[in-house]
Amino acid sequence: MATPDRVSYWNKTRSLMFLMLGLWFFFGYVIHFFVGPLNNIVILGFPLGFYMAAQGSLIAFVVMLFWFARKQNGIDEEHGVSEE
Amino acid sequence: MATTTTSGGGDFVSNLGRIYGIYTGGFIAFVILMAILSAAGVPNYIIGYMFVGFTILIYAVIGILSRTMQVGEYYVAGRRVPAIYNGMATGADWMSGASFVGMAGTLYLLGYDGLAFVLGWTGGYVLVAILVAPYLRKFGAYTVPDFLSARYGGNLARFIGVIVLFSCSFTYVVAQVYATGIISARFLGLDFNVAVYVGLAGILVCSMLGGMRAVTWTQVAQYIVLIIAYLIPAIWMSTVKTGVPIPQLMQGTALANITALETAQGIAVHHITPFVHGGYNALNFFLLILCLMVGTASLPHVLMRYFTTPSVREARVSVAWSLLFIFILYFTAPAYAAFAKWTMLDLVASGLTPDNIAEKAGWMMRWAAADNALVQICGKAAIDAAAIAAACAEQGVTNIGFANINLNADMIVLATPEMAGMPYVISGLVAAGGLAAALSTADGLLLAIANALSHDIYYKMIDQNAPTARRLVVSRVLLVLVAIAAAYVASTKPADILAMVSWAFSLAAAGLFPALVLGVWWKRANSAGAIAGMIAGFGICLYYLLGTRYGAVGFVEMWSGLSTATAEQLAKFEELKAAFAAAAPDAQAAAWAAFDKHAQSIANWGGVKNLSAAAFGLPVGFAVMYVVSRLTKEPSHELQEFIEEIRVPRGKTIMEEKTA
Repeated sequence: MATPDRVSYWNKTRSLMFLMLGLWFFFGYVIHFFVGPLNNIVILGFPLGFYMAAQGSLIAFVVMLFWFARKQNGIDEEHGVSEE
Repeated sequence: MATTTTSGGGDFVSNLGRIYGIYTGGFIAFVILMAILSAAGVPNYIIGYMFVGFTILIYAVIGILSRTMQVGEYYVAGRRVPAIYNGMATGADWMSGASFVGMAGTLYLLGYDGLAFVLGWTGGYVLVAILVAPYLRKFGAYTVPDFLSARYGGNLARFIGVIVLFSCSFTYVVAQVYATGIISARFLGLDFNVAVYVGLAGILVCSMLGGMRAVTWTQVAQYIVLIIAYLIPAIWMSTVKTGVPIPQLMQGTALANITALETAQGIAVHHITPFVHGGYNALNFFLLILCLMVGTASLPHVLMRYFTTPSVREARVSVAWSLLFIFILYFTAPAYAAFAKWTMLDLVASGLTPDNIAEKAGWMMRWAAADNALVQICGKAAIDAAAIAAACAEQGVTNIGFANINLNADMIVLATPEMAGMPYVISGLVAAGGLAAALSTADGLLLAIANALSHDIYYKMIDQNAPTARRLVVSRVLLVLVAIAAAYVASTKPADILAMVSWAFSLAAAGLFPALVLGVWWKRANSAGAIAGMIAGFGICLYYLLGTRYGAVGFVEMWSGLSTATAEQLAKFEELKAAFAAAAPDAQAAAWAAFDKHAQSIANWGGVKNLSAAAFGLPVGFAVMYVVSRLTKEPSHELQEFIEEIRVPRGKTIMEEKTA
């Protein structure tokens, strides 16, 4: 069943997956590597590094997932493999 | 019978918004009624009984209305649960008694470093959505081992899957039953052993008659109770302290005040300082996040929730909704902790002495009286003012400082209403919320275990010709047996089991994640590779967990080269070893205890806490699976076609079940 359309579908799906993994790594890890310097920035009483771990990254995860569901559905429809 | 419940189910699904809207309104009205009764002088213990009794009654009614005799309904709720409701159910399934009761307490004690739990338990859903859940939904499995068996051809992979599933889910469910026992004992005044079995009854009415279908609809109801119960005290504290009822936003003000008070009181380790609390250096902080995230994406009781959505597309959206509902609690938890800490620091700053503590913080004594370990002041249980005065006099403390008060992480959420001087009705609400969190998780876990035993072991491996009716009877009998076993273990108050709960994440991550992910994303992965990878990953993880905890002395002797112990610590190890060898027979037990305790503190590879054992199991699992797959034959053409089919949403589910 490896038709050209299926191959291109899977390539796009895989690219989206790697993009999401990249964002996940950024918000899950990279930003927290810099907690020290970020804590010097204080907004509304929140040291920024603390804020990112307590709320910022969490908000990013939620937004990412809704965006991903929409984007992947778009890829499905474009390649005619979405569910009827 | 079967057909009437099906059509009834259809009406039910189309009216969900209205039904749960009325339910939520009814619950809020109930809370207000309780507040009025409380103000009118109804005693506290009756309010407590009404909260617990009313909510359990509701769950029982839902459980009984959702009874079913159809296999598809029993195992996957007929695959008709809309994304948003499945999200809510997953939220309740996911947030355990420990999350509800213990999370804010952990953050209170660990400050920034506790945020590893918040990050790990939310970020894991990104992995669920992009790597695993939609593909398992397309496959159309009833259980996680079902998928392993189909993908890796045969019952060996299935059997190993069941073993991993059982070992990570059973300890977890014991802890949930334990939590229901603790809450019932504290708020209903029951004996703990009785309370455990009351909790068990509450769990069984939700799951036994209706399986996944009943558990789904009670979990939605439980989510609503637990989130209301979590938010109200946080909003209350925020309003009292700052005048603004948005705790998440006003947390900033709380943090600024905490830092100022800590500085004024000479507390060197600040709440907001990273990598300094409870032995979490940066390495352990990030490894713990990894283990929790990957564990989330591998825990069978979570993954099986996504088998219940009507389509692959809904499964993806449903993960997003799940995370949103979980997020609401997890981003409130740090605020909860900050306000509780601010309240405590203020209390200490107001000049706390053994003479005035009974008047200023009588709640501490009530909790200490319930359980000695919960509140300690000056190193002793704070049972009454005299005990505190004696303990502090012994240490030469006249003004009780923040550091002199030792609160248990598990009591902070439950005690916050009293700490902040809220009326008793809020305490009752928090108890109902904690119970909802523990019951909903216990239901999901029990179902995961019983389904694996009945579907994978009994039906698929023992009797493939079993008629539907018998399969469902077997499933229910197993459910009750596992539940009773869990309640029995919980009633022995096994301290170790409770510590082991966090192990579930590492075990699931190391045992299942490589096989699940590569099964979808790498066509070349084959049966031999998966089996070897699962055994190796799970084995290493288990070895590290057990070795560092129960065989610490042997572990240190074998691996002292890899430990981060200092020369001084190793010298002490040898010294204690000699002391143990030389000890007289009656002193041997004590010498061994001291020796073993020290060994546990230095038994490690590269300083990794045993909580993060998957840090070793996960890479080993991936590596072994890759190498063995490469060295053995590639999967058959049919199997590769099968993987192609899993990857696209269109088309029928791969695994068609006889459901008649």
